Amino acid sequence: MSGRERGSGGAAALDFTPAPGAAPFPRMVLAQAGAEIRAMLRNGEQLLLTLIIPVLLLVGFSLAPLIDVGGGRRIDFLAPGVLALAVMSTAFTGQAIATGFERRYGVLKRLGATPLSRAGLMMAKTAAVVAVEGIQAVLIVAVGLALGWRPQGSFLGAALLVVLGTAAFSGLGLLMAGVLRAEATLAAANLVYLVLLGAGGVIFPLSKFPEGVRPVLEALPISALTGGLRSVLAEGAALPLGPLAVLAAWAVVSLALVSRTFRWE
Amino acid sequence: MAMESPAVEIVDLVKRYGGTTAIDGLSLRAERAAVTAVLGPNGAGKTSTVEICEGFRAADSGTVRVLGLAPDRPELRPRVGVMLQAGGVPPAMRCGEWLRLVSRFYARPLDSGALLARLGLSDHVRTPYRRLSGGQQQRLSLAAAVIGRPELVFLDEPTAGLDPQARHACWELVGELRQAGVSVVLTTHHMDEAERLADHVVIIDRGRVVAEGTPASLTGAERQLRFRARPGLALEELLNALPAGSAAKESPAGHYIIEGLVGPELLATVTAWCAAEGVTADDLRIERRTLEDVFLELTGRELR
Repeated sequence: MSGRERGSGGAAALDFTPAPGAAPFPRMVLAQAGAEIRAMLRNGEQLLLTLIIPVLLLVGFSLAPLIDVGGGRRIDFLAPGVLALAVMSTAFTGQAIATGFERRYGVLKRLGATPLSRAGLMMAKTAAVVAVEGIQAVLIVAVGLALGWRPQGSFLGAALLVVLGTAAFSGLGLLMAGVLRAEATLAAANLVYLVLLGAGGVIFPLSKFPEGVRPVLEALPISALTGGLRSVLAEGAALPLGPLAVLAAWAVVSLALVSRTFRWE
Repeated sequence: MAMESPAVEIVDLVKRYGGTTAIDGLSLRAERAAVTAVLGPNGAGKTSTVEICEGFRAADSGTVRVLGLAPDRPELRPRVGVMLQAGGVPPAMRCGEWLRLVSRFYARPLDSGALLARLGLSDHVRTPYRRLSGGQQQRLSLAAAVIGRPELVFLDEPTAGLDPQARHACWELVGELRQAGVSVVLTTHHMDEAERLADHVVIIDRGRVVAEGTPASLTGAERQLRFRARPGLALEELLNALPAGSAAKESPAGHYIIEGLVGPELLATVTAWCAAEGVTADDLRIERRTLEDVFLELTGRELR
């Protein structure tokens, strides 16, 4: 050994002798999912969309008699709508914006050079979305119960709606992120969030809209999710087949388009 | 056992973007456990070539083999380390967090803390990527390229934007990789980098290989005599006094280069001529041709 001095910091000798190998698939996916969850929870704008706005809407509109929910208690109408909004904010808006910028910053490209496969990356993203939705659900349900919400119906039906809703919104978000520029995705995803918040039965009942546009509104994924969750949690339905079919159709079409159009670079 | 395939083998590679031909029939071979430098000016096709090898882009024609395999084969991913020219890291991600994340994709990674220390990033473990300086970002990318203990690394302009000290640290690391038996393919437009690091230099221009070989074989045994003096000396007279086959030029003004059989006689002739002209030759020295000169001769253009 030449006894050449290492830089400050007293770094241990590093053995660069090649020893290549991929980590086990579940470990890679978990590591990436953890990074995605931390990124989501660290991002202030995203927390505003995913946690703060839904909770404020829930509290504000259930306490103040600003809207006519067409009979029944306001909180029983609002809580399922806000849950649907939470799913949309994470699976669609947050995911579209984050993925758009990851593409722009070359993160997707760089990850493509690691042993984490694209399928693994998509699984990690999905796991992260589901984990954040879990946090949202706990918070919204807790606030809702505190406000006197009395949910009923089948947990399984609600869970199935959330799963299909997540798939549909993820497909739409990734479709947008994979085609548009990052800035355009940012603008469009926020706009769509606002429009669907207003026109998707989240806090304003669809029955208040003119007869003519209602079939169009009812075909939106957000309306299917709000309507479906309401019929389970407020009316005690077991499996709302109509909304489930609408969500499944959006999921299949959007994810098929994603797989054909998504650009990683 | 089949003979071990080279680290990279490219034959007649062509890549077009729209109407522009970025790579125009390029062939090259990078041996294992050696440092191969792809040298050329901006826009020569260096990054395109490397990104095809990394599996990011598809070739229009030609064959590319990386460790004997087609570049898009997934089994290459753990075996090949990649340093992009820029970016690749989420801006809010902390320096140490990114390297730990990348390390978790590999079976036997290096210790991320030790690697950060080795590259002088220990004080920035918790710094978000966007707050790192350009040089620090480069070093983090270099760290991520080697943390999985790959057999082969592609480094795209690894020292761009580095201060001299960080540049030397990077060179030292490349030297260690080579000693450990890692194959290194790097792109650069710095002559000194290629001369200093590479076992094999491939000079490319306009998407073609214009010359290749060891730095010594490229610069050859030929030497030059250089000096500075007032501009506009009558070099034709000097040439008459020099042995046949010598060449003399002024480039840029006031800088003179004499090529040929540079030995004591030539040196004596030049100094005698200067004395007769009443000229003081300043900064007179004999040196080998540089890769810069080679490039200029081959293409008629400056490298940068």
